[in-house]
Amino acid sequence: MSFLSDTAIARLCEAAAWPGFESGFTVTGVAGRGGSATVYVARDEALHREVAIKVVDVPDRDGRAAARLAREALILARLDHPGIVPVHAQGVLPDGRAYYVMKLVRGRPLDRAAAELQALPDRLALFARILDTVAFAHAQGIVHRDLKPANILVGGWGDVYVMDWGAAQADTVAEHERVVAGTPGFMAPEQERGEMVDERADIFALGTILKGLAGADAPPAVLAVADKASAAEPAARYARIADVADELNRFRDGLPPSAYREPAAERLLRLYRRYELPVLLVLAYVLMRAGLLLWIGY
Amino acid sequence: MAFPPTRLSVVARTRSDDEETRRVAFAALVEAYWKPIYKYLRLQWHLDPDQAADATQDFFVSALEKDLIARYDPARARFRTYLRLCVDGYQSNQVKAGRRLKRGGGASLVSLDFTTAEGELRQREPSVPADVDELFYREWVRALFDRAVGELRERAESRGRRAMFEVFERYDLADPAAGRPSYAEIAGSLGLTPATVTNHLAAMRREFRALVLDHLREVTGSEEEWEAEARRLLGGGW
Repeated sequence: MSFLSDTAIARLCEAAAWPGFESGFTVTGVAGRGGSATVYVARDEALHREVAIKVVDVPDRDGRAAARLAREALILARLDHPGIVPVHAQGVLPDGRAYYVMKLVRGRPLDRAAAELQALPDRLALFARILDTVAFAHAQGIVHRDLKPANILVGGWGDVYVMDWGAAQADTVAEHERVVAGTPGFMAPEQERGEMVDERADIFALGTILKGLAGADAPPAVLAVADKASAAEPAARYARIADVADELNRFRDGLPPSAYREPAAERLLRLYRRYELPVLLVLAYVLMRAGLLLWIGY
Repeated sequence: MAFPPTRLSVVARTRSDDEETRRVAFAALVEAYWKPIYKYLRLQWHLDPDQAADATQDFFVSALEKDLIARYDPARARFRTYLRLCVDGYQSNQVKAGRRLKRGGGASLVSLDFTTAEGELRQREPSVPADVDELFYREWVRALFDRAVGELRERAESRGRRAMFEVFERYDLADPAAGRPSYAEIAGSLGLTPATVTNHLAAMRREFRALVLDHLREVTGSEEEWEAEARRLLGGGW
């Protein structure tokens, strides 16, 4: 037999992993790879549309990977929101690998998309859409637990998709079924310790994302919100995503977020900007009166 | 759904109470690992072809005599890492002792075609991974895939499915430099329809995958190790 070069082996690895559907879908490419699963681009032959199919790479002996994928599909099915990809179907390949089919979304990871947004208000508007999506999941009792820029896709129209719900935790899941997962750097300390987590674990990750999104030269008020969101102690963080959104709305409206201790000079400047016309009128009046008094006095 | 175990780990079988089982298992182990070890000795230890061939055979004899395989502890390392460290230890002792390598009895366990292995070394990409474990891993995967492709061909021929293998060969084993033919081109050259090419390719890939996973099970020390190796291999880790 001819020698297998490194390139030939790479092709064979791809060939061996390629999902072979007996009917229904024709796989055309790889969209991305995760910890234990790969997302493929495929053509739905019946409905003539492109879809994404997430397939477990290797079936494990105790079926944990398949169970995790099935749980992810169920969670996605519960979350009907424009920022969360809808799941169409799930099943098992002839070789035993579990998969689920979802809408194919095209976009760039958040960090790459944000690099093209120069203005802070544009970046904060993007962040607000992420907050809205995760808040919706929280309202359904689901914590994502692996929020990071790589798991957030930004479409061509600025549409935002929160992806990869494989580590998500539903409040209905028994403790022994909970999966220990997350990404260092974005994972809340209590999550790293393997403790039970709640919405505040996602708020920690969102605070870290906000820090990166706003940049090092961001206004101190925005960094204060990010710092509070990513506080080490859960009790020191915002309790709800709506609180984070409110704080950023205050900043957008020219008001100080509650997390920010505004210096006196900055407060004066802010008040001056906010009430510029009345302040100028009062100043003009005072100057006029003072001028008048001086003139009368002489 | 878990993948059904069809082959037992040869590592486990080398610990069998039955002498014949142990002998066959050891021969299978030699067959799976001699090529990566030979190439490793050539590239990492800079032995010449004759020295590397002698050292490979002598290492296996030494492993048999010292019961190295039975002493493997899955909790401490992957089997291939353990074996590579054994090779390093063996070769290091040989260098220290300044011994002249003797041609061992490994050849009686299984016929080792060092000429082919040497030919493969000359064809390999010029870049040698700096990491020794990576170097051994790549040669180990090459040997694994080599066996799986060979068995796939044999099976296809014995079942009268030569055309199916040819589709696989032309598409997945095509010379990367020459570019990959389209399904239509393969269909035209083999007198098949593109739909048949699609089906043949899917069937061969499924069988190839099953063979790779089977062979992998043979040459790993535990189910956990098999899972980790399979995940790396089939999850884009090559």
